[in-house]
Amino acid sequence: MTTPAHGHAADSDWRLPSRGRVGMFSLILAESAIFVIFVVAYVYNIGRSTFGPQPRQVLELPILNTIFLLSSSGTILMAERALVKRAMAAFIAWWALTIALGAIFLLGTAQEWHKLITKDGLTISTNLFGTTFYSLVGLHASHVIVGLVMLSAVLVFTLLGALKPEHTEKVEVLALYWHFVDWVWVVVFSVVYVIGR
Amino acid sequence: MAGGSIPVPGGLGSAADVAATEADGATWLEHLHSWVVTVDHKKLGVMYVLYALLFLVVGGIEALIIRIQLFFPDNHFVSAETFNRVFTMHGTTMIFFVAMPIVFGFGNYLMPLMLGVRDMAFPRLNAFSFWMSAFGGLLLYYSFIGGVGLQGAGSAPDVGWWAYAPLTSRAFSRGHSTDYWALALIVSGFGSIGAAINFIATAFCMRCKGMTLFRMPLFVWLYVVSSGLVLVAVSPLTAAQVMLTIDRYLGGHFFDTQAGGSAVVWAHFFWIFGHPEVYVLVLPAFAIINEVVPVFSRKAIFGYPAMVAASVGIGFVSLGVWAHHMFTIGMTSISNAFFVLSTMLVGIPTGIKIFNWIATMWGGKIRYRTPMLFAVGFLVQFLIAGLTGIILSVAPFNWQLHNSYFVIAHFHYVIVGAILFAIFSGIYYWFPKVTGRMLDERLGKWNFWLFVIGFHVCFDVMHIPGVLGMPRSIYTYEADRGWTGLNQIVSVGAIIQGIAIAILVYNMIHSALKGQEAGPDPWDAWTLEWATNSPPPPYNFAIEPVARSRRPLWDLKHPNDPDEPLEEG
Repeated sequence: MTTPAHGHAADSDWRLPSRGRVGMFSLILAESAIFVIFVVAYVYNIGRSTFGPQPRQVLELPILNTIFLLSSSGTILMAERALVKRAMAAFIAWWALTIALGAIFLLGTAQEWHKLITKDGLTISTNLFGTTFYSLVGLHASHVIVGLVMLSAVLVFTLLGALKPEHTEKVEVLALYWHFVDWVWVVVFSVVYVIGR
Repeated sequence: MAGGSIPVPGGLGSAADVAATEADGATWLEHLHSWVVTVDHKKLGVMYVLYALLFLVVGGIEALIIRIQLFFPDNHFVSAETFNRVFTMHGTTMIFFVAMPIVFGFGNYLMPLMLGVRDMAFPRLNAFSFWMSAFGGLLLYYSFIGGVGLQGAGSAPDVGWWAYAPLTSRAFSRGHSTDYWALALIVSGFGSIGAAINFIATAFCMRCKGMTLFRMPLFVWLYVVSSGLVLVAVSPLTAAQVMLTIDRYLGGHFFDTQAGGSAVVWAHFFWIFGHPEVYVLVLPAFAIINEVVPVFSRKAIFGYPAMVAASVGIGFVSLGVWAHHMFTIGMTSISNAFFVLSTMLVGIPTGIKIFNWIATMWGGKIRYRTPMLFAVGFLVQFLIAGLTGIILSVAPFNWQLHNSYFVIAHFHYVIVGAILFAIFSGIYYWFPKVTGRMLDERLGKWNFWLFVIGFHVCFDVMHIPGVLGMPRSIYTYEADRGWTGLNQIVSVGAIIQGIAIAILVYNMIHSALKGQEAGPDPWDAWTLEWATNSPPPPYNFAIEPVARSRRPLWDLKHPNDPDEPLEEG
């Protein structure tokens, strides 16, 4: 195609949004829809369980765990800022801290589930509460696991020296996903441990 | 490469030169390999469409089995169990493995070309999405072999495409057939979500210079809205299928009423997906009509901003109408009233669209080539489908007709009369671009007229047994019901449509090999896909085009009389 002679000045400032960000926001929208359905299923079924343990009897507020996960949103933000400045030591430190906080959160969930299964005898098939609880919290936990795998991959690449300046935006896009995982927990926490108890 | 039919200075010749060397001397194995590993949006688009057409033939054969079974009262062409499987597979196949992949195929092939760029935003995600959809279809059909399960019950799924609980619980649906159904939809659902993310990112982030959002072809706009609906509507289906799988495999109680679960919740979740799904499919049909009608009326589209607004409006309204599928399920009268009104609201933006298409044709120099014939068929039938939709949206009337053949006739009017007609219009319109050869016009006319006659014989008449009380999903009926003659007419119509589709398949194969050479721009169109060769080279455009208006190719053909530059530019 030939470019018509006029209007070259307007072309030089032709800017398009980042496809990584647009793609990630689209994915987050789709993921949100999945969470909405599981949250609705949870809320609708509160108190409908006809037998077995009830939320009030077995659930404890995971306050500490929540603080760990939400603060990882802050640490990843610090990591992003360090990366933009190419302060790689700080980036690695903040990034590793983010992974550690996410891992501690998962351990906390594992501990909670262990107690529920062995002490309270609540499994996914015990009653309706068990079904909705394990699937909603498990859906979130599986997102944390996926996030941790991707964060760890970035950490490995960084330690190998493969994280070049042109990858900064990709890291930021991944951080968007992590923020989503963190803030969905606020919804899950309110529904399961506050409203549902 | 028959270049040169367009008076474009310089551009085409240079593109044709570089393209000619590709794929010479490759063995068939190398060819096959190049298709399997491809991330090229055009090859993926073609594979989507071919895969969908294959399943169209399969789903069509299932439809014919249904119609043969219903031809005579007390017929035993197939057993009741087989009949249940056939109509379940017919519905699931046609929605998920015909309509979805075919619209994705059109979008994949055309969107980057229309936007004047070289590929989609995420080419590898694109390939991943296609293969997920394809394997979903294979998984569904594998159930014929693998669905038997340990209890020796079942083969293909037989729970209906809506799969209402508690029929899908392990007690009532033994064997693995329902699991294959659920897994196939989860897998293809991931493919759909991936494709939708790609469409949105492509429209916003992959545009040639000067292609502002309000210069994008309406086709692209419609795909953006449709993809947005995929994100928020197909995901709930995936979630619901996961719940169903938890119920069936981990002993969960989501839809288990004895443990406090709810079967109605499944119906809500299914239709929260199921109704927007209609718009996921019909918006791409609108997209095709938006391109065909102006080109064959020789006028620019009427009311572009209104069309964009109406599309976005349909997208939003369609998210709030799902429970009109559930009026007989026993909701409160307030919910009933809400869903009656929200459903009727859809009539306003769709009315705007129909008005704009007619206004585009009004006073135009209409060329009744095959694509335009199908587009006009679409207009008429979509209007009638909308009218029976408004009829069914009235809850008290719906109570009389729900789950009758009137409903079946209504939604086949939408899916066949509107969506499939638009898709056929698109096939006739873009086939020359994809293959470099025209589809045969004489066979095209045969295809159109047989299909339109078969369609009306089948689905116009199908409303009547519905009004007379014939329920859907029954495998046979008694002779004294007075439905026999009507069912026979419907079945004859179905067979005529089958012949029309056979003509289309023949026409596509014949014309791809021996058709008349098309050249880059056989229809004298205005969007950028016609500015490159037919078929386009792997990189689409040797030099990225520049858009100065909504009809960039018009500007190139008429340098002395370009479209008015727009304010937004």
